[in-house]
Amino acid sequence: MSAYIPVIGLEIHAELLTKSKVFCTCSAEFGGDKNTRCCPVCSGMPGTLPIINQTAVEYAVKAGFALGCDINKFSTFDRKNYFYPDLPKAYQISQLYLPLCINGLVPIEFEENGEKKSKNIRINRIHLEEDAGKLIHDDLNGVSLADYNRCGIPLIEIVTEPDIGSAEEAKAFVEKISLLLQYAGVCDCKMEQGSLRCDVNISIMKPTDTEFGTRAEIKNLNSIKAIGRAIDFEIYRQAKLLDMGKRVVQETRRFDDNRGETKSMRSKEDAHDYRYFPEPDILQVNFTDEDLDAIREKLPEMPYKRLERYLADGLNETDAKIIVNKKILSDFFDEAVKTYSNPKSICNFLIGELMRRINLGEIELEKLPFSAEGFAKLVEMADTDKVSKNDAKDVFRTMCEKGGDPEEIAKAAGLLITNDTGKVLEVIEEVLAANDKAVSQFKNGDQKVFGFLMGQCTKALKGVCTPKVIKEELENKLKSI
Amino acid sequence: MDITALKIRDMRTMLDKKEISAAELTDAYLDRIDKTDGSLESYITVTADEAKAAAVKAQQVIDDGNAGVLTGIPLAIKDNICTDGIKTTCASRILENFVPPYNATVMEKLNAEGIVMLGKTSMDEFAMGGSTQTSAFKKTKNPYDQNRVPGGSSGGSAAAVGASLCAAALGSDTGGSIRQPASFCGVTGLKPTYGRVSRYGLVAFASSLDQIGPVAKDAHDCAIILNAISGYDYHDGTSAKLDVPDFTAKIGQDIKGIKIAMPKEFYAEGIDSDVREAVENAAKWYEQQGAVIVECSMPSLKYAVAAYYLIASAEASSNLSRYDGIKYGHRSETGDSYSDLVCNSRSEGFGDEVKRRILLGNYALSSGYYDAYYGKAMALKQKIREEYAEIFKGCDVILTPTAPTVAYGINENISDPAKMYQADICTVTVNIASLPAISTTCGYDKNGMPIGMSIIGKHWDEASVIQAADAYEKQFAYQPAKI
Repeated sequence: MSAYIPVIGLEIHAELLTKSKVFCTCSAEFGGDKNTRCCPVCSGMPGTLPIINQTAVEYAVKAGFALGCDINKFSTFDRKNYFYPDLPKAYQISQLYLPLCINGLVPIEFEENGEKKSKNIRINRIHLEEDAGKLIHDDLNGVSLADYNRCGIPLIEIVTEPDIGSAEEAKAFVEKISLLLQYAGVCDCKMEQGSLRCDVNISIMKPTDTEFGTRAEIKNLNSIKAIGRAIDFEIYRQAKLLDMGKRVVQETRRFDDNRGETKSMRSKEDAHDYRYFPEPDILQVNFTDEDLDAIREKLPEMPYKRLERYLADGLNETDAKIIVNKKILSDFFDEAVKTYSNPKSICNFLIGELMRRINLGEIELEKLPFSAEGFAKLVEMADTDKVSKNDAKDVFRTMCEKGGDPEEIAKAAGLLITNDTGKVLEVIEEVLAANDKAVSQFKNGDQKVFGFLMGQCTKALKGVCTPKVIKEELENKLKSI
Repeated sequence: MDITALKIRDMRTMLDKKEISAAELTDAYLDRIDKTDGSLESYITVTADEAKAAAVKAQQVIDDGNAGVLTGIPLAIKDNICTDGIKTTCASRILENFVPPYNATVMEKLNAEGIVMLGKTSMDEFAMGGSTQTSAFKKTKNPYDQNRVPGGSSGGSAAAVGASLCAAALGSDTGGSIRQPASFCGVTGLKPTYGRVSRYGLVAFASSLDQIGPVAKDAHDCAIILNAISGYDYHDGTSAKLDVPDFTAKIGQDIKGIKIAMPKEFYAEGIDSDVREAVENAAKWYEQQGAVIVECSMPSLKYAVAAYYLIASAEASSNLSRYDGIKYGHRSETGDSYSDLVCNSRSEGFGDEVKRRILLGNYALSSGYYDAYYGKAMALKQKIREEYAEIFKGCDVILTPTAPTVAYGINENISDPAKMYQADICTVTVNIASLPAISTTCGYDKNGMPIGMSIIGKHWDEASVIQAADAYEKQFAYQPAKI
């Protein structure tokens, strides 16, 4: 096969985390009993009108800021017309001519042939639109049923320039977008639930070509893995066609996850003519500089800021990146540091113990059986010798299995160190009394018996006191005799 | 005395003085509908039971001394305005049995005033037409001559007012649909400034042009109803966040010194001489009262009908796509696939005129044609708005004929859509420019058919067109329809 350069652009749909839908006041929550989260507006009843949800606009702008976009101070909505049973109005309110955000830039890092690389991907636009409903096909009764709960959930569509050159880059890009949107607080990016979906536009060209090849569009990829596999297959398919002297046809394709292949859905000739025109029911969106500043101020701490903070807190870059690159982990970390403000120590235990158990599959980051507070408490206990470093790992294992408070777990297991000096002195006295022979030996200059006496005390004081304290107290006691 | 022929103000007085009860008033109208609407066919649905119940409620409010201006007043509502629990058909087979689960905002407002709704009036299917002959159910006649059309699309509302089958009515106006039937039926119809009245619950024809407004016996009654239905509505993002003035405020104020513009293109070829003369005579009357007539020009008028039909049909093609037989409305018995089902449902449900405009609209928006048609129409829209702005620099109101002719014979024009469309020349620019305008009767032709004139105002200045129309009406020898 000849060498071709893949040219890839992505369209990413992300559902916004607003409480209500984009053009009515229905709940925008995922799920719900069929057709219980819809009203005359989102089910397309005659005479109803859309009212734009300002929070959705704000979230879209936040996404724009997160992706380094310029925000259009004047933005309009358009209708995209097509018939489909999940689209009750038979048009989708979207933005074609003047989208909210344009000209973004997203840096990505990825590995290629074992080498770490970085690159900037340009964002063409981000626009706000409404989601369609869902069809449920009842093959048994031979009917299709429509559920309109999802109709009108606010979506942003993020469109890249054709800057992506491989499956690895595409995957890294989608992961980065997902991270940025989560940090911006505008999307939960659950691909398996469809809150983040991706279409891939892909063509290939020879290094000597001056124009892009004919592209195919692969619709609705719903996992990072599928994106990578679909791209790799499509590069292979198109290269094979060109190698055989055939042409790539401009068409829409679907990825069959089971076979790992893309299949033709419809050709260019069958493509919809969406007959876009300006939406007359919604007035244009206008922003002042003050409006945009206010939204920018509401943008939460973004990943690169967090990384800077972690490095300033003394974390090493590798660990800091691991934490930052998973928002839920990073939030957990920050929460833990709030309870016990020793970032380095929390980080070490988190990378060493928490991540190990996650990687072993014993626990899931999304469903931890303990709180960040409990986790921090355990790290603090280990640092302040309330439990030995080794015992702390045992306590953590119990927390992973059953949850619970680390102090209570340590206490129940007899691992808690109280450093109760009264108790220590009492035990030392008992030990010395029972070993008067050894005491006189020590007094006579036999330093070796100190080890024996220390051993006796340690045994009797397990879980009560650290060896360091025992040693001090024992030395003092022996001196005073 | 025939109480059904009274103005709203007079009914109000009688109701408040207990000279008549709301129930008696309602019954008088229901009786009259019973007797005359069999042939006139102005109503699609008469809601007699609901009306009687509403009258009882209204009487209670009157007895309690809490009556508003419209409490107990029997009104008719165009059948494209959604009424909770009452069929709203748009005079189309496709919505033949559609019962909205909600009220249009204007209905909420009128109900809060305690009106008595007598029923839903006929119209051209989806408000597309100027004759009410495209109605799938009731092809309304003109109360002055039942061999003639009442105009349209609010022909049912205008005929019902003209025949005293309601005190007043609501219509909707996308390109003249209130004013033209008002002129044909010898009544007064007001199209408010776009954004003055909420469109929520008005079944959309062309969203950027549609506006609900009153059809009544005179301008004063129109003002009373406009007072009740105007104002910003959360449910309509295009409704204006403006305080609503009292639209009766300027009634009776001297019209001396007001500047009335008459753009010459509105009086050119294509306007019947009877009509032109009647409007010019009205202008002379205004002049005699001290008004100043201003000559002016609107060069783009010759393109207005084309621009209007492109914009309106484009929006309609999209607005009417929701009638697919899936969720509500007519569903075909045949069609195994989704596309067949949609195709058959729409083919069976829509009439010819609606289909024609859907085709036209889709064509205008198609890729490759958009710039040549829709794009050009939008540019013309801008041009027309600018020309109006220019004219209004030198005048307070504009006077034009409402329609090129008086009401024509049933089926006279219907086979020639292009001719029908051209008849909208006098009204469409008002919608394109979002302006308010009122049509009132200014004369009668030799057959006794009413001739309407339109007074167009500046944005949000309904009060001035009401003032000017009212002044003329007060001295006009009105000849009610003999029905």
